[in-house]
Amino acid sequence: MSGYTPAEIMVTAAARQIQDHELVFVGMRLPLLAFMLAKSTHAPGAIGVFENGVIRDRPAAAPIITMGDCPNQTGALKLCGLEEVMSLLSRGRVGLGFIGGAQVDVFGNVNTHRVDLPGGKTVRLPGSGGGADIACLAGRLLIIMNHERRRLVPKVDYITSPGWGEEPNWRTAQGLTRGGPAALITSLGVFSFPQGRAMLCSLHPGVSLEQAAAETGWELESSPQLTTTPAPTDQELEIIRRFDPNRFWTK
Amino acid sequence: MSPTDSKIMSLPQAVARMIRPGDSVALSCALEGLIPFAASQEIIRQKIGPLTLIAPIANISIDQIIAAGLAQKVIAAWVGNVSTGIGYNFRRAVEKGLPCPLEVIDHTNFSITLALEAGSRGLPMAVSRSPLGSDIALNNAHFKKFTCPHSGQALLAVKALNPEVALIHVQRADAQGNGQSWGASGFTRQAALAADRVLLTCEEIVDSEAIRSDPERTLVPGFLVEAVCEVPWGAHPAPVQGYYDLDNDFFVSYAQQTRDPEGARAWLREWVYDLSGRDAYVEKLGPETRNRLTVKHSALSTPLEYGW
Repeated sequence: MSGYTPAEIMVTAAARQIQDHELVFVGMRLPLLAFMLAKSTHAPGAIGVFENGVIRDRPAAAPIITMGDCPNQTGALKLCGLEEVMSLLSRGRVGLGFIGGAQVDVFGNVNTHRVDLPGGKTVRLPGSGGGADIACLAGRLLIIMNHERRRLVPKVDYITSPGWGEEPNWRTAQGLTRGGPAALITSLGVFSFPQGRAMLCSLHPGVSLEQAAAETGWELESSPQLTTTPAPTDQELEIIRRFDPNRFWTK
Repeated sequence: MSPTDSKIMSLPQAVARMIRPGDSVALSCALEGLIPFAASQEIIRQKIGPLTLIAPIANISIDQIIAAGLAQKVIAAWVGNVSTGIGYNFRRAVEKGLPCPLEVIDHTNFSITLALEAGSRGLPMAVSRSPLGSDIALNNAHFKKFTCPHSGQALLAVKALNPEVALIHVQRADAQGNGQSWGASGFTRQAALAADRVLLTCEEIVDSEAIRSDPERTLVPGFLVEAVCEVPWGAHPAPVQGYYDLDNDFFVSYAQQTRDPEGARAWLREWVYDLSGRDAYVEKLGPETRNRLTVKHSALSTPLEYGW
């Protein structure tokens, strides 16, 4: 199993951010797989909280597409509603939350509302869902996105999910009492956010710095200790493919 | 039970009686599961609009009402297709005003839930920290930043929501409309309590004693419900725990077929206008699809002692 897709290394890198025994707010798409991978490997004690009201400490009973699928409810610890799981976030009990998006900027602000095209046209996107809630209230925010110049932009057209704003004290000034982006995982590498600005800390195997810089809309800063993201192991790939057997998310 | 206690109606009858042009309607309340597709498509069949639609994750049930030209406003945290992302009819309505212009009030999942919760308590506003710092809270009449008089913290006052109608699908209900549901419930409880009237659809009408054997399962008490309709497969293609799972292929082909306006019109003809009702829809799904989606791995809950 030497070959893997960009989505698979993104899932693997995201899973490694989950700490054992923490409450994880699990978003749709790749985060669903990252949670199940972490549960099956290094974080068996992690507890997944899903915005529809599912709280579970086991991977789903069978492959799922959405958090509302039947196998994600079978064997759950608790099935409740939005208000209850969001209160866990608001109370500060959730260690890590995942979100994706259409655009992210150097401060980790995420846009899932609208993209302004040259010439005045605007593309309307679906919106926040629980993304803004997670970005405001989770202990650490993890952003997962394909690495393209049109997505990693100097300034997002709309802040759906607030990151570090524009400087380190911005969140506090807004009234946010915790959180902020801890990592941005892309199809080319992994960023961290020292002083509230994205810094490339690892490149996926086979990706050059020039390639990453060309696909980044801001002036790419990389860590002096830039490393190579560990490739997914055979065991990790086997688990990911068990939960996404038709490669719906990880093609 | 005397026959006059019964709230059982046919779905077309309940929709005709309860949904009026100009109404605000909460639906898709449980997020990905239990979406009242039978009810939302009956609204389309009866061409009742314009409507204001309220949902956390406004899935393709809302996209279909928009395609039919019956939506004037959407109040939601997310609008699209959960399997594929984009809701093309929503995009066309916002970007081009097709088939008619659509006003959007953006929320987050938490803020819209709190707005309904405030409505359910008869209060004018809820308090939330999220989405401070998000553009959602800017230039949006439903959010006002204020300073907490107790702590001095910056917070958001979220305007309460009281929909005229909540469309709710559950697994089972009795004739009086006591609706029982299991599985994640999103903001269903808040929507039922905040709404003026509840239209309940269910997979099965059961004897009232079945409801009373497990009273904590009652999500919507019958005294809130104006009509209850037995509609098997009433949430397809969304999942209903204990009955059928997500029909992902259906969501994917909906996305493919509704990329352009002609495709969207053809989809509505094929799946709504040309069908006489939900029975015809279920028939059209066919036994193979139904069999693919029904429960194959039983997981029964352990009975509880409720005696004294």
